[in-house]
Amino acid sequence: MSAAISISGLGKRYMIGAKQERADTLRDAITNVVGRPIRRLRHAGSSTGHVTHMWALRDVSLDVEPGQVIGVIGRNGAGKSTLLKILTRITEPTEGRIEIRGRVGSLLEVGTGFHQELSGRENIYLNGAILGMTRNEIGSKFDDIVEFSEIAEFLDTPVKRYSTGMYVRLAFAVAAHLEPEILLVDEVLSVGDVAFQRKCLGQMGQIAGSGRTVFLVSHNMGAVRGLCTRVVEIEGGRLVADGPPEEIVNAYIAKQLAGAGSVLELPRPLGKSDELLITAVRVVDDQGNTTGPFHSSSSITIEIDVDIARTSASYQVGFDLLSSGGIVLRSWHTDGPVDDWAPLEEGHNTLRCVLPAGLLNAGSYAVAPRADAYRSHWIVNGDEAVWFDVVKDHLDSPFSWVTNPGPLAMLLDWGSANGHEPPADPRRSDGEPELTLREPELKLRESGVEPEPLPEPGAVDAPTPPS
Amino acid sequence: MTDVAAETQRTSSALGSVTTVIEPSKGWAKLGLKELWQFRELLYFLTWKNVLIRYKQAILGVAWAVLNPVITMIVFTVIFNKLLHVGTGKYDVAYPVFVYAGLLPWNLFSGSLASAGTSLVGNSNLITKVYFPRLVIPSSAVLSAIPDFLISFVVLVVLMFAYHVVPTWQVVLLPFFTLLALLTAMGVALWLSALYVLYRDVQYIIPFLVQIWMYISPVMYSTERISKAPGWAQVIYNLNPMTGVIGGFRWALFGEQAPSSLFWISAAMVVVVFVSGLYYFRRMERVFADLV
Repeated sequence: MSAAISISGLGKRYMIGAKQERADTLRDAITNVVGRPIRRLRHAGSSTGHVTHMWALRDVSLDVEPGQVIGVIGRNGAGKSTLLKILTRITEPTEGRIEIRGRVGSLLEVGTGFHQELSGRENIYLNGAILGMTRNEIGSKFDDIVEFSEIAEFLDTPVKRYSTGMYVRLAFAVAAHLEPEILLVDEVLSVGDVAFQRKCLGQMGQIAGSGRTVFLVSHNMGAVRGLCTRVVEIEGGRLVADGPPEEIVNAYIAKQLAGAGSVLELPRPLGKSDELLITAVRVVDDQGNTTGPFHSSSSITIEIDVDIARTSASYQVGFDLLSSGGIVLRSWHTDGPVDDWAPLEEGHNTLRCVLPAGLLNAGSYAVAPRADAYRSHWIVNGDEAVWFDVVKDHLDSPFSWVTNPGPLAMLLDWGSANGHEPPADPRRSDGEPELTLREPELKLRESGVEPEPLPEPGAVDAPTPPS
Repeated sequence: MTDVAAETQRTSSALGSVTTVIEPSKGWAKLGLKELWQFRELLYFLTWKNVLIRYKQAILGVAWAVLNPVITMIVFTVIFNKLLHVGTGKYDVAYPVFVYAGLLPWNLFSGSLASAGTSLVGNSNLITKVYFPRLVIPSSAVLSAIPDFLISFVVLVVLMFAYHVVPTWQVVLLPFFTLLALLTAMGVALWLSALYVLYRDVQYIIPFLVQIWMYISPVMYSTERISKAPGWAQVIYNLNPMTGVIGGFRWALFGEQAPSSLFWISAAMVVVVFVSGLYYFRRMERVFADLV
């Protein structure tokens, strides 16, 4: 039997840094045309000028057999999404060839094309058509979709009045009822609450079990392990591993643990040498390890080396802690309660700030040091950062299939209004007072991971401003 | 931009399942009209969405389709007819009916042009997330101007009744001229919407273009005035596809002033604009998702 998807020699090249060539406005285009002969003279001999190419994907060959559920893993920017965008024909390859045998359905986002003004019912039809369903198909599955979404009573309400949860439920309900022979899926499970995610994983498991070919791009190692029959890893635009899920996922995680991701040195001392200079930032775990990745079961100490030229009571030093998405989780500074102020002396200082064990979830984080003269001016304003990776190892509930999303991983106790105390955990008596090894059965509604607001398709009569 | 693009095609194998081939190709793309036909339901749903949203978002809703041409007609009648004494030429109808009959195809053209011209960028979330022939987007924007046109048309019937204008047999040709207006709008919109992805200035050009274009089209005056101009000037004037469309529209309604040979210049221009727009759009389509 021939492959459901055969990819051979696939490559995609993007141009980067070609500011002069990429005209964003007509004026630039005109100046380009006028200026081109002059630049040609200047760059005589180099046909490409200052244009640099970046291969997002190169030499990718892959055959996917019918019925295989293939997972594609890799770091951000490795080329996973580019591969999926080519497979779904959203963007075109620069070289190579793909043959896909069978009716293709793709799901790069839930709720594509949802419009805020339209009712749930109308959006089901619209979204279904966008995902490639015919009118008859949507009609015959309509009741199932509504039932799956659990929003039957709001079917005729405009979706702009829906809660985020309802919105995502409805969007996923439509997508979950696609019945293509080959399903291409991007990371779409990162939205919605945990219970609903599991329901969707269950639905996808059914799809996977029904002999359909599924191509799944994901960061979610739990989903990849649970659903896929084969996993490939992409790194730097190339296929680097291919094999059974356990093997590839474990090797991938092991490689991540080797700390390839941590960038732990400042590019240069920050600040002003006649005032205050931050010369180094270190991330240290409770074993004194400074290379990372850091385990969430260990406390993580941020050490900042500060050289002070002339002592001043107005100096404050601190840092922003950022998530990998660039969101500041918190900024901490030396000016806490007055009694706790860290002394800043003339000459060399090493400041330490401890992030308690269990604070951070798995992921990459940045520490961006800051320093200022109080009420006067910034000396270091958080433009540079060091990066470190955290591996979450401080809880492993038998019920936890996927890593709960969000940057925070503190364990919180649940009581109930019926007068019950939080249940005592027998494993707590093993002398680890800071850590709870029990997964709360009720989970925090994950904070800070609101699903991305799904952009409205521009209304035809209201031109969208350029982005 | 890369000069490489993908040519994709769908062919049916003996088993009846679909094979999709994705590979880069060079040069001018095929028009892919067959594929567009395969996606006709999406075209239908997007058009339906556009219409639905327009009427849902506006407080007066459907009333705008009446108010816009009626108010314009009143203003034009007062300014051009009563104050500036612009007449209807050979047309033996009252100026309000005359100008309204020009405004109908004009509004169809300008309305669909304005919405289709910005449609690609406005639907960038679709373009970057789902594959379908990109032609569906400007097509649906143009098609969704039709309900407004039909509503305004009812007003024309009322006006003709009120002014005792009896249509002639040529009225059966009205759909043809309406189609020409749509094709012109589509052709220009294909150019503009593809250019808009590359150059964000296009959003400022569209309103300006529509405004200027109205003055060079026989909306508030009759082409009879132009017929006194030298021959070469008339040829240039008729290079505007809308000259032929509006002239033909009035002829179909009122008889009189049958389209001269100059009409065929306009008609040829419709074809030129539409076909060149199609090819340009298809050629640029490859990079939309990367740039939009």
